Amino acid sequence: MSKIIEGLYYSESHEWVKVEGNFGYIGITDYAQHALGNIVYVDMPDVDDEVEKDSEFGAVESVKAASDLISPVSGTVVEVNEALNDEPELLNKDAFENWIIKVELSDATELDGLMDAKAYEGICKE
Amino acid sequence: MENNLKRTCLYDKHVALGALMSPFGGFDMPIQYTSIIEEHNAVRHACGIFDVSHMGEVLITGPEAEKLVGHLFTNDVREMTPGKVLYGMMLYPNGGVVDDLLVYKKGDNEFFLVINAANIAKDVAWMKENSTGFNAEVKDLSEDYAEVAVQGPKAEELIEKYLNVKVSDLEFYTFKELEIEGKQVIISRTGYTGEDGFEIYGSAEYINKVWDILVGSKEVAPCGLGCRDTLRFEVALPLYGHELSQDITPIEAGLGSFVKMDKPEFIGKEAIAQQKEHGIVQKVVGIELHEKAVPRSGYDIEVDGVRIGYVTTGYQSISTGKSVCMALIDNQYAALGTEVDVRIRKKTFKGTVCKKRFYQKNYKK
Repeated sequence: MSKIIEGLYYSESHEWVKVEGNFGYIGITDYAQHALGNIVYVDMPDVDDEVEKDSEFGAVESVKAASDLISPVSGTVVEVNEALNDEPELLNKDAFENWIIKVELSDATELDGLMDAKAYEGICKE
Repeated sequence: MENNLKRTCLYDKHVALGALMSPFGGFDMPIQYTSIIEEHNAVRHACGIFDVSHMGEVLITGPEAEKLVGHLFTNDVREMTPGKVLYGMMLYPNGGVVDDLLVYKKGDNEFFLVINAANIAKDVAWMKENSTGFNAEVKDLSEDYAEVAVQGPKAEELIEKYLNVKVSDLEFYTFKELEIEGKQVIISRTGYTGEDGFEIYGSAEYINKVWDILVGSKEVAPCGLGCRDTLRFEVALPLYGHELSQDITPIEAGLGSFVKMDKPEFIGKEAIAQQKEHGIVQKVVGIELHEKAVPRSGYDIEVDGVRIGYVTTGYQSISTGKSVCMALIDNQYAALGTEVDVRIRKKTFKGTVCKKRFYQKNYKK
């Protein structure tokens, strides 16, 4: 059974957002890292890039396949998790502890369209 | 489609082990049990076992069996003694590849051929079609044989210890036939990983037993097709449909040493002779990226923004950590050291043409 954390927002494509003020940390869920297997590379955008809700902003690569990262929210990238360049496997170790990008949210109402932990748990069971 | 997938005789064991299953060559096959990296490393450093029962087996028998195999196969079976194995291809008249295969010489009038799962129907039809006029019989035995590959530096020791079969006397690319509990078993010192190892062919019953004993010993790791691909890739062994196909000749794939031009004849010889004389326009090369992106099968290779070919297989090599691929590109860019770009999603990454073998083979010869 995959781990799910309370208090985060979840998307159907298995990303999470943790909101702090006007900023959102975006990562992939434990369910996603488990489905992907050994992660060997994380393709991240650059700082100052714009990300758009429901659009691809990078990719997570396992040994076997590349999987697009879909942004759950719109905004501007203010930070990327550089640690993932050297240790992409951190996402396998703890997908919630290791965010991928930090975004300045451009429209906080977008969060209303995301799922809470309970609703997301339902998706993982399907 | 998925409902039509075939299952090997070890299917229930894979499911019980919690394997991730996926379609391959018409079969529902295990991709991984624990993780591709763990299984890959088990084979490089200790021992792993693969269910390869999906592979096809064909028996060619008769007074002109050798002549027919020689007609179909690019390598030279004339000098083979019983107990030897040869690798080679079957070609179309235009030099494209029908399949790559192993040929086991069981006797002067008896050859055992091992072909790719996805190509069984096509290969058998091809062999039969081209056997007209030969006093030889082609028989598809794929349903009768199950197969496991036991691979890794400890394979010899562990097979002898747990299966009670002597294999230390087998040289590389030789085999022996045994009768175990009334059933015929073939065991060869061959494989598809770049490590020492063995392939064992037998009845479903015997192969199940081998699997249970070796996996039960805890010294042999069950390994899926995921790491089978990363292992063979690192040592530049081709996979049909990727580095070899009906559109890629053995010369273009860099496998000309398995095509014996001093044979009197074989299907495709003319076309290969032409290629050797006039040169090739495309070639399978190795490419190492300068950054840690992952080049995947199908991605474009470019020079100055113009597509010059595509990736046939690519990984971040588990044994070396390098981002590398094999690619089919225009021959004019195939020289070692040529700088190319690999398009990975929206970006391009610089790479250098290099040798295809990214990791040294460790065969026991």
